[in-house]
Amino acid sequence: MNTAKYVAKRVVFMLLTFFIIISVCFILIRLLPNETPTMFGKDMELVLQSRYRQGLVDKQGNPIPLMAQYGKFIRNTLIGGNWGISEKLYRGQDCFEVFLKKLPNTVLVNLYASCLAVPLGLSLGIYAALKKNKWQDHAISTGIMVGISVPSYVYAFMIQYFLCFKLKLFPLVMEAGNDYFSGVMFRSMVPAVLAMSLGSIAYYARYTRAELTEVLTSEYLLLARTKGLTRAQTTVRHALRNAMVPIFPSIISEVILVMQGSIIIENIFVVPGVGNLMINSITALDYNFFLLLSAFYTLIGLTAGIVVDISYGIIDPRIRMGSKK
Amino acid sequence: MMKNNNIPDISPERFKFIGTDAKLHDQKFETKQVGYFRDAFRRFCKNKSSVVAAIIIIMLVLYSIFVPLLCETNYSLALTDTTYLSYTKLQPKNNLFVKLGIPFWDGGYTTVLGPANYNYARAIGEETGHKNILRDYGKTVDEKGKEAYKVRLDSYVNNGFTYMTLTEKQYQDLQAWQNETGIQVIYPATNDAKATDANIWYVANKKGAAKLDADGNFVDDYKTKGNDGAYSSLRIEGDPGLDNPEAENRYRYAAVTGDSSSVSYKCRIFKYTYFQYRYGFEPGFFFGTNAMGQDILTRLGAAGRFSLTFSICISLVNLFIGAVYGAIEGYYGGSVDMVMERITEVLARVPFIVTATLFQLHLAKRVGVVPSLLFAFVLTGWIGMAATVRMQFYRFKGQEYILAARTLGASDARLMFKHIFPNALGTIVTSAVLIIPGVIFTESTLTYLGIVNLDSSTMTSIGSMLANGREYLSSFPHIIFFPALFISLLEISFNLFGNGLRDAFNPALRGSDE
Repeated sequence: MNTAKYVAKRVVFMLLTFFIIISVCFILIRLLPNETPTMFGKDMELVLQSRYRQGLVDKQGNPIPLMAQYGKFIRNTLIGGNWGISEKLYRGQDCFEVFLKKLPNTVLVNLYASCLAVPLGLSLGIYAALKKNKWQDHAISTGIMVGISVPSYVYAFMIQYFLCFKLKLFPLVMEAGNDYFSGVMFRSMVPAVLAMSLGSIAYYARYTRAELTEVLTSEYLLLARTKGLTRAQTTVRHALRNAMVPIFPSIISEVILVMQGSIIIENIFVVPGVGNLMINSITALDYNFFLLLSAFYTLIGLTAGIVVDISYGIIDPRIRMGSKK
Repeated sequence: MMKNNNIPDISPERFKFIGTDAKLHDQKFETKQVGYFRDAFRRFCKNKSSVVAAIIIIMLVLYSIFVPLLCETNYSLALTDTTYLSYTKLQPKNNLFVKLGIPFWDGGYTTVLGPANYNYARAIGEETGHKNILRDYGKTVDEKGKEAYKVRLDSYVNNGFTYMTLTEKQYQDLQAWQNETGIQVIYPATNDAKATDANIWYVANKKGAAKLDADGNFVDDYKTKGNDGAYSSLRIEGDPGLDNPEAENRYRYAAVTGDSSSVSYKCRIFKYTYFQYRYGFEPGFFFGTNAMGQDILTRLGAAGRFSLTFSICISLVNLFIGAVYGAIEGYYGGSVDMVMERITEVLARVPFIVTATLFQLHLAKRVGVVPSLLFAFVLTGWIGMAATVRMQFYRFKGQEYILAARTLGASDARLMFKHIFPNALGTIVTSAVLIIPGVIFTESTLTYLGIVNLDSSTMTSIGSMLANGREYLSSFPHIIFFPALFISLLEISFNLFGNGLRDAFNPALRGSDE
């Protein structure tokens, strides 16, 4: 019961946080000089109507006061789900629909990257912990240090130069289109997937190695060995399960973070996904898109945070979330 | 055996006090006192990888400070010079490798050319006497199975010729310089009236492929008629004008246009020697030049200087704000802590890209690009620092020595900053150092993506350099290589250095997450 109460409390606070952030974003965006509909030429009527439906202008097309706009924004956009039309990038198309079309690309690339990074990172970390202070451990630890420190775009350039350009294994940029599961599409995704997963591999390996080495030196493991369990048994049943307690939540949050992706990697490999949409909306100053994507990224971050916190309590019942001292 | 206690009475005079005239003291320690920071420093020095990282950081900092100062040339200073566009994408050149003749870092690049292009490259070397083909690997076949030549070309020489229109004065100055130094800059004009390609001085077909004579030599196609404004300087070999400057069939070195009031000379200029004339030294760029013709060596120094100064500034500002905020939170606790924590929670959840963009859109025009980027970093950057400080305050505030100080009447501010803060200093310094690589990474990402534009003739950032080189990744990887190497080294060494600091200040945490 306590957990349910805690979850409810967290969700309410999350929604409140989301509301505050998105309100500030909305007001700051509306304070910017906006292009008047007359500048859109033949699309003027379209833009004007969309803005009227969003509640940014009155019937004659004159802007209404900011606070009134804000009230309409809460009613029409946050509750009604009308994010307006794209005024510059995909002129006339509904923002939310374009966004939904882009989302699968990002999700797919990130999903592949996670599927590669989590098992590989965990096994590297486990191997390094078991071989602690031997050459295997030193090699992996050095790799981890480099992997964590070197910026992801540097890998991306290296992958693009060596794998795509020199060896011609993959196309330079990702294919466009809706044919998500075809071989050609998958092949064109590989460079982006590799570039995205390298950093995560290093992250998981480091985390696993640190946790597992700590557990492996603990006394209950010695006890388990004295009882007569084999090394493999103690490692898998006792050490690994306890070491996973802090690691598992971040794996679970990965499920949500696949939607977020990496903007810079999407930009380098021209993945037609949400990250590229964000960059394009910023450079083109397409405010409707920018607001929608800001809301999206905020929501993803908030949800991931909550999921991590809640999953701690589920995985290890000894941890009582939100309990007082 | 005689018992010791069985001594017959000893007269009191036989007893005397010792040491009545000397005062007894504790002996002074013969060792030196080791303070907290000295101890930490000693521990830090034992960690080899961190020391190496610190040395690399120092080297990169020295590079950023001194390279823009010391390696400035007339060329890198001439920021708005239009001749920049003639020296773009030159390969990195290290004179040591040139002397040794190693086909690496010698300003050359290896390529496979078809017969026409091979002759084209050969002709430049033949006319100027500079070695254009550094290495000839002989005949091969290209991807389509056609005959081709694998060669290593000198990018500086292969840069070739250009047509340049000079005024009377410039023409005379250039001639005077030629006479003085004996270096040929102006080469004879050709019969190609349209002046399509300045590199073609030989008889060629419409596509520009050379028509060789029976021996496989080029047939020259120099202009021997017309006015060249009484050219009176160096002449190339084979010019009939060498023996007799008045010879009728001497080569003409310029095409004169315009009337007597504003006469101009269109000359074929060899870019390599023109560079010597213009800037006073032979072209040779240690890291090559980028697509704008800028010297990457000094550019990278400027970029590194910006990144380092910027991130250190942010680290200091965050340290200050975070320390004060975290101290108040941690010290007062209770409802003050509650409210302040909620504020940071909301702030921390704003995606950074949104903050940075909104700050750019609102403030960049008013206060400039760099300050608005700084504000964006400061807005949420201090939160991590505040959390660290808050934890430290919770740890120390209940201890007895604080109670003692409070009993003696110390004020809250004194307790916070005199008694608790110094204890937390090690942790705080470590997190302040670890802010730096994060800021550099984020800043380079933003400038790379073009959300923040810092690129100008005087200033740049690593992200902008990467973005500029991105287009040429496949053909001129050196443009992107050096900035990428610089930032990778910087990130690795700062992370190692930060980890070393953490271990040194807090030995209990040693190796907790390496």
